[in-house]
Amino acid sequence: MRWIGKDVPRKEGKDKVTGASRYIDDITFPDMLYGVTVRSETSRGILQRTVFEEGIPWEEFTQVTCKDIPGNNYVALIETDQPYLADGKINHPLEAVLLLAHPDKYLLQEARRKVSLEVDPLPPVYDIEESLNQKEIVWGKDNVFKEYLLEKGDIDQVWEKADHIIEGEYKTGAQEQLYIETNGIVAVANPEEGVTVWGSLQCPYYVHKALMALFDLPADKIRVIQTTTGGGFGGKEEYPSMIAGHAALLAWKSGKPVKLIYDRLEDLAATTKRHPSLTRHKMALSSEGKILGMEIDFVLDGGAYATLSSVVLSRGTIHAAGPYLCENVRVRARVVATNTPPHGAFRGFGAPQSIFALERHLDKAALQLNLSKEELRRRNFIQEGQLTATGQVINEKVSLADLMTKAMEKSDFQKKKEQFHSENKKNKYIKRGIGLSSFFHGAGFTGSGEAYLESMLGMEATKEGKIRILSASTEIGQGTNTIFSQIAAEALGIEYDLIEISVPDTALVPNSGPTVASRTCMIVGKLVESAAIQVKEILRQSGFLASTYSSSEFSKACQSYLDKFSQLRVFSKYKQPTNIKWDDQTYRGDAYGAYAWAVYVAEIKIDLRTYETTVEDFVALQEVGKVIHPTLAAGQIEGGVAQGIGYGLYEKVVWDKGQMINNQMTNYIMPTSADIGKIRVFFEEAPYAHGPAGAKGIGELPLDGVAPAISSAIENAIGLDIPEIPVTPETLHEYWVSRKVNS
Amino acid sequence: MRAYLPAYDALTPDSLDHALELLDTHPEEYVPFAGGTDLMVLLDWGKLPRKKYLNIWNLSELKGIQEDESFISLGGLTTYTEIQASEVLQKEFPNLCQAARWSGAWAIQNRGTLGGNIANASPAADSSPALLSYGAELEIVSRSGVRRLPYSEFHTGYKEMRLEKNEIIRAILLPRSSVENCHHYYRKVGTRKAQAISKVCLAAFVKWEGNKIKECRIALGSVAPTVIRCPKSEEILTGKTLSRELKEEAKATLGQEISPIDDVRSTKDYRLEIAVNIFDEFLDELGGCKEG
Amino acid sequence: MKKVDIFFTINGVKKTVSAHPMKRLLDLLREELELTGTKEGCGEGECGACSVFVEGKLVNSCLIPSLQVQGCEVKTIEGVADGEQLHRVQESFLKEGGAQCGICTPGMIMAAIALLEENSEPSYEEIQEGLAGNLCRCTGYTKIFTSVVKACQK
Repeated sequence: MRWIGKDVPRKEGKDKVTGASRYIDDITFPDMLYGVTVRSETSRGILQRTVFEEGIPWEEFTQVTCKDIPGNNYVALIETDQPYLADGKINHPLEAVLLLAHPDKYLLQEARRKVSLEVDPLPPVYDIEESLNQKEIVWGKDNVFKEYLLEKGDIDQVWEKADHIIEGEYKTGAQEQLYIETNGIVAVANPEEGVTVWGSLQCPYYVHKALMALFDLPADKIRVIQTTTGGGFGGKEEYPSMIAGHAALLAWKSGKPVKLIYDRLEDLAATTKRHPSLTRHKMALSSEGKILGMEIDFVLDGGAYATLSSVVLSRGTIHAAGPYLCENVRVRARVVATNTPPHGAFRGFGAPQSIFALERHLDKAALQLNLSKEELRRRNFIQEGQLTATGQVINEKVSLADLMTKAMEKSDFQKKKEQFHSENKKNKYIKRGIGLSSFFHGAGFTGSGEAYLESMLGMEATKEGKIRILSASTEIGQGTNTIFSQIAAEALGIEYDLIEISVPDTALVPNSGPTVASRTCMIVGKLVESAAIQVKEILRQSGFLASTYSSSEFSKACQSYLDKFSQLRVFSKYKQPTNIKWDDQTYRGDAYGAYAWAVYVAEIKIDLRTYETTVEDFVALQEVGKVIHPTLAAGQIEGGVAQGIGYGLYEKVVWDKGQMINNQMTNYIMPTSADIGKIRVFFEEAPYAHGPAGAKGIGELPLDGVAPAISSAIENAIGLDIPEIPVTPETLHEYWVSRKVNS
Repeated sequence: MRAYLPAYDALTPDSLDHALELLDTHPEEYVPFAGGTDLMVLLDWGKLPRKKYLNIWNLSELKGIQEDESFISLGGLTTYTEIQASEVLQKEFPNLCQAARWSGAWAIQNRGTLGGNIANASPAADSSPALLSYGAELEIVSRSGVRRLPYSEFHTGYKEMRLEKNEIIRAILLPRSSVENCHHYYRKVGTRKAQAISKVCLAAFVKWEGNKIKECRIALGSVAPTVIRCPKSEEILTGKTLSRELKEEAKATLGQEISPIDDVRSTKDYRLEIAVNIFDEFLDELGGCKEG
Repeated sequence: MKKVDIFFTINGVKKTVSAHPMKRLLDLLREELELTGTKEGCGEGECGACSVFVEGKLVNSCLIPSLQVQGCEVKTIEGVADGEQLHRVQESFLKEGGAQCGICTPGMIMAAIALLEENSEPSYEEIQEGLAGNLCRCTGYTKIFTSVVKACQK
């Protein structure tokens, strides 16, 4: 292959290294106003009054409340429970109540400080336990946004046959996406032209749908344009619909362009985080270490509104039983309401939470059965032809056992384990350990999601004789522009430089679906490939393109075609492969078209004087189908591993009354370059029949396996099984002290 | 950027005398402004007091590292980068170089100044324990003259200090002595390896006489409302030969001398134990020098 | 308070800009000079996205009031390439995957240049320490380290 598997230059790379790329805050319009959001401090209550203090020329300000909304006061996504602007009821701290705009951004900040909200408080709930116990009912009838029951076999009859029954409880904390570019939108809106927004976002058509409902306008009156986006990781999946609505409401009322950019304090405190989770495991095993049954109770904290939580829960549920064969499984999964800002999409999307619990639980089982962590997993790995927890037949050529063997070799696992064991005995304070995780991650939307989406992608010839891809799939750093160009160039048999990517602009590109769920390469990339095949076929049939051709002959053929027919544009639409079947009612069937498979190994050092854990070496080995761009693919994994190290060790959201109070980069601790040790990435490639050139998805995969591998290594180093993350030094200290006390 | 800029003013004085004159004649109005690494954060979040700021960054009278027989004198505007690069400091006052190296990262170290760090009076300041471990003195100037003050007497409470509104820290003086028979220890336990605020920071200096501790200074950051010296622990060690019992006694005493709190970065319990643990590491190192 | 005239040299060109003395250098560059390559990530000197050179030294432009660049030489990412010819560090970031979403990239490249000016062949640990003031959420820093190492070899 000429382009697939090659390290071609990143499509927009030059603009990024020269500072020429235009991000949302780099864009201004003449006569533009700045906008800010006035938010509640109270976590739950009834809004009584808004007080505007003296000393501010309030008449100069554009003010928007829920009364100014021309259409529907909800963020259209799945449910309709989340208002754009609170209408009397406050359900979480930082809930938007009032919008202000003014040409002077300094005066605007001063004005925001001079507005106060009088709220009659209502009793709130702040965590999963309080919500499950219905301390207060804060959402619906029972605080439960969504519940799933996933069942395979008959779990109730396994307990008496089991040689071992092992129970455990696991907790994961919230995690901030921490894209380095904060959220922001610029809007132009008026009744004549409709609403246009530019912004830092992942999913133009999510914003499009939300603005249609907010303004009660038809599709052609709403236009959403993605600007260069400085990272997303899920954090710019659903939340930009909120900011876009706010900016557009201010623009609509003022008649002027409005820029609404969050600073870091606001972005951290007000926008979505990864859902905190609480998982209870009960596992039946035979004396030979076969898993006979798993009963899993998986609960997520959804925050105050439903947002995407049901979908996050779904992915977490399906991944909860992992890549292991087990005939009897029951997963009861719920996502519940609390009076905190809603939690939302974050790379991994529910799977990192349930996989953390499972992998830690397997380690616990291995210890109890006196098997190595590796061996217990080997005895249970799912294989080709076997059924997952949803009853999906694995029809990929996967061998987790081989991946395990390779990961053991690459990390020198056995030798390190023995070496650390003997060194640790000699060293009172410095303890080293090595640990592992094995896992899978489904690519694309869950179940029938892709079939419902019916993603569409366009491709056209330009008069310069180039090919332009029309897609709503966004480049957010992961390399969409580059891999799409490679896939197209490969399928068309032309130079990489002849491929252009249209700006994701809903007025210009069809809906290729959201840029989420590790779907861009596998699902939308396949649409690129099939569109390219159509283009080639049209050119051939028209007689302008011979059976063999050079790139310049191809360009000439495009130009000749355009001269004659004026347009060459094709669309390709997603068709569910016929072998994929899913039943939403029973929650059974083919959950995902394909899975990426992985074994990760973490090597860590603990200083028992300070209880600090450092990752010294990390081996990330995965099978992801065909790798389209080795450097970009490795970059995805390395970045995901670093985020996973943050998730496992450093990144703790400190809550007070439902509000994040460490909302500064100084106090929310993501790893720096000095904190990240060597990350070694290895790919195995087993081409997937329905992916472009055989590719599957990789974006989310690394988040799933890092934290459990690190916790496993901590256990190996000091014999302390810590069932929660992040394992900050304070957390490790607490567990260490309580073990000392108990023993 | 949340500040309301029109509420602020700033100007650059021509000289130190000019600056001192302005401070003296308008004591509540003007505030000295050095490298800005602390004050600009407050400005960004709209929390900087609405005053007139005197940009002293360029005042040559406050710059430079000078040495004479008794003291190394660091101008108040000496940056962390300059501290790290100084050979005499590396040789004689390594704790300070370590502190400078782990204060923020390069971009901060190029702007952050020692005088600014002292006047900012954060209990988590990285350089302050190092200065305390060396018995530093401050040279403080005003229009009425120069006064000297042991740094250990400077901080009087959370963000409170012996610095009048018309005064500027002109220099930090480090008393020199023979480099023989010395032991230096500096450890910062931060929220992460680099670009971190300390959760506990310990700096210590010991001078041996034979196998007795002749002189000993122990200082800690982030465990009290100000950076602190630990005089009781120092006293226990001074004049003694290191023994296991003495170490235990010193550790127990140190634990009594600090009063950490819970905050968004760490917990009281953690800080208490870690302070004692790194003190133990220091004592182990000392023992390594003289016992082994 | 009224604005004052700030005279300084930006990317080799002398400029006079009228600005509030406490206006952040970051805003001066982005708003008055339309040099938007310098980014804001945190507004508190933590992330390094706003890194520029003042008098040849790496600084966070969000922490410098305009008044303090009076008479200074300031260099931003826009002044790094020689016309169309990229700086070797830029070339290396482009080739080795050092830039993903690109928002930290201008600041990271400034920090990498500062590092290499100080130390032409930094060790792995020296790169880790030298770039510790520049946060990147995409790369896990690995490809950035490679970019710096490869830039040394040019």
